[in-house]
Amino acid sequence: MRRPTTRRPTARRPRRVSDTTLWFWIFVGPFAAGLALFTYVPLLWSVYLSFFDAHNTVSPTDFVGFGNYTAMLRDGAFTSSLATFAVFSLFIVPATYALALGLALMVNRTRRFQAFFRSVFFLPAACSYVVAALIWKLSIFSGVRFGLANTVLGWFGADQTAWLSTTHPPWYWLVIVTVRLWLQAGFYMILFLAGLQRISPRLYEAAAVDGARPGWQVFRHITFPQLRTTSIAVVLLLVINAFQAFDEFYNLLSDARGYPPYARPPLVYLYYTALGQGQNLGMGSAGAVILALIIAVVTVFQARWFGLGRKEAD
Amino acid sequence: MTISRRTLLGTGAALGLLTACGSNTGRNNGSSADGKITLDHWYHQYGETGTEAAVRRYAAAYDKAKVNVQWRPGNYDQQTAAALLTDAGPDAFEVNGPTLDQIQGGQVADLTALFDGVKDDFNPAVLAPKTYGGKIWGIPQVIDTQFLYYRKSLLAAAGVQPPGTLDELVDAAKALTRDKVKGLFLGNDGGAGVLGGTPLYAAGLSLVTDDGRAGFDDPSAARTLGKLHRLYADKSLLLGAPADWSDPSAFIQGLTAMQWSGLWALPTVQKALGADFGVLPFPKDGPNAKPSVPVGAYAAAVSTRSKHQAEAKAYLKWLWVERTDFQEDFALSYGFHIPARLSLAKKAAKLREGAAADVVTYATEHGYAQPLLWTPTLQTAYQDALSRIIKDGASPDNELKSVVRRTNDELQRVKKR
Repeated sequence: MRRPTTRRPTARRPRRVSDTTLWFWIFVGPFAAGLALFTYVPLLWSVYLSFFDAHNTVSPTDFVGFGNYTAMLRDGAFTSSLATFAVFSLFIVPATYALALGLALMVNRTRRFQAFFRSVFFLPAACSYVVAALIWKLSIFSGVRFGLANTVLGWFGADQTAWLSTTHPPWYWLVIVTVRLWLQAGFYMILFLAGLQRISPRLYEAAAVDGARPGWQVFRHITFPQLRTTSIAVVLLLVINAFQAFDEFYNLLSDARGYPPYARPPLVYLYYTALGQGQNLGMGSAGAVILALIIAVVTVFQARWFGLGRKEAD
Repeated sequence: MTISRRTLLGTGAALGLLTACGSNTGRNNGSSADGKITLDHWYHQYGETGTEAAVRRYAAAYDKAKVNVQWRPGNYDQQTAAALLTDAGPDAFEVNGPTLDQIQGGQVADLTALFDGVKDDFNPAVLAPKTYGGKIWGIPQVIDTQFLYYRKSLLAAAGVQPPGTLDELVDAAKALTRDKVKGLFLGNDGGAGVLGGTPLYAAGLSLVTDDGRAGFDDPSAARTLGKLHRLYADKSLLLGAPADWSDPSAFIQGLTAMQWSGLWALPTVQKALGADFGVLPFPKDGPNAKPSVPVGAYAAAVSTRSKHQAEAKAYLKWLWVERTDFQEDFALSYGFHIPARLSLAKKAAKLREGAAADVVTYATEHGYAQPLLWTPTLQTAYQDALSRIIKDGASPDNELKSVVRRTNDELQRVKKR
């Protein structure tokens, strides 16, 4: 008969701190180094450059203080680029918000093929901005008679329109806004869908018991207030993304000889200032710092105004 | 031996780290297996079929170094401008310049010595913008020029004569505009980008005067530029074409009766239209003016960041100074360009007849090159103003006042450097 063995508690070797630290740095180190090297160092270097006359050099010697900042703020092209952003955000933020919310409500109500519709509306988000811009420019809104939009309008006897070159009326906004709307509405729809699915069904049941009519009344008094935090996040993201607009503007409107002064958003202007043939890296950096500060101030102001982080009970 | 999960992960992470720290920057280390120096030579992507194969063939024929040709699509000027700030840039490169800032910033090497004994054989009009402080900073490869193509049959059908003045051009464009055909194509931006200083030279003015001031501080400048708005307001301009002004597609496809384009497109136009086209300089405007034809030249330059500057200079001397057979082939076998060497241009049979001969005559008699002092900053400011004049109908007087002020400030800046 075997004697029952008593398991002796094995003394676990205490994990050495140095081991843990080593593995931490092996896994995190490359990413931290990449982040520092490709994000923080250029960012700080850009701030440094903004105080120097840095034409065609990243290691300048001529200190100009705030000269680049004052020059940038007096530069009509830079201030007009901020105005372009303002117009763009006025178009794109409400349009994307409304379309994404509308799609989310529609998909959320769909009982059959919900996953299919969700995927279909989200799919454009996977498309490159460059590719979409080229399709819009060359196929749909080409200015000649065989462009899709002009062909359709031609059926009704309308003249061909140069969508991207006409400034009176400014048809180029239609092209710029629709391409971004198509690309990003699906992504924000997913955010709204997540928000909608977090709303407790009991609220709708209680509303029904209280006699609320389904449709607009329920949406106004139950759904929309319950989406408050999602809405705040969506608007914040939309405004920041609008500030960062580059790809579609650049690919729709630039050519080998440059870029038209209308519809030139801040990033496109800074790209030409710092990385164009002029290579004024001091001015470009000053512009980038100004733009970053504007985005930060607008975001903080907007967040406070919307009450981001405030408890629901408040 | 048993490999634990931890060992496996640790080894993988370490290998990943080593790989990440590797030196594969996309650029070679400067020497090849047979001991020869390797030079990186960048070109912008040409539209003409066969050009890329040709430059690779020239590079392969050089026996003193291995030359790695990079054929770069996209925004070439921006790519090279950014690459010149780093050690990962080219040794030798083609440049639409070099610009004054690149020269003053010490980004390009002095190539004056390569011109010993042959300087007078280079076309002085395009050599001048490559010269600064008495030194030459780029070797002109070929001369490119732009002019007006017109479709003879369409003009005849509309009863329009080839325009000799700017007013006649405006009237002709209007008369030639039909339901499906526009009168004139100056680029999808209405001409702001490509025309540049051409209308000013047609008005007898210039971008920069000999004493280094704005050359368009004159009422006739505003008058001439204002006429470009009439083209836009009359709806005579083709806008939004799939291919821009540098490509003759719109002209060949019958989307426009007249198009501003380059000599490089001439073989394609000839092949498509036979004899049904003619060429014209940009028409004069005003009593004392003369027709205007922009000429320019891409140049071959050496980066001062190159570790093999001497070898790169020797290679460029071989290719763009000594190998005249390659220069002739490059200029005339793929699209049409005027060789930068006067001796080659004179004997080029393809440029001695038909429309090509007319273009060479126009370029010789009326050609102007953009001055070196006309910096990219000024180019942008002027182009913006021109765009507002053409498309928005902005007051040419007010727009030009602002550009004149900016020009004089910028010229002061570059003179101080």
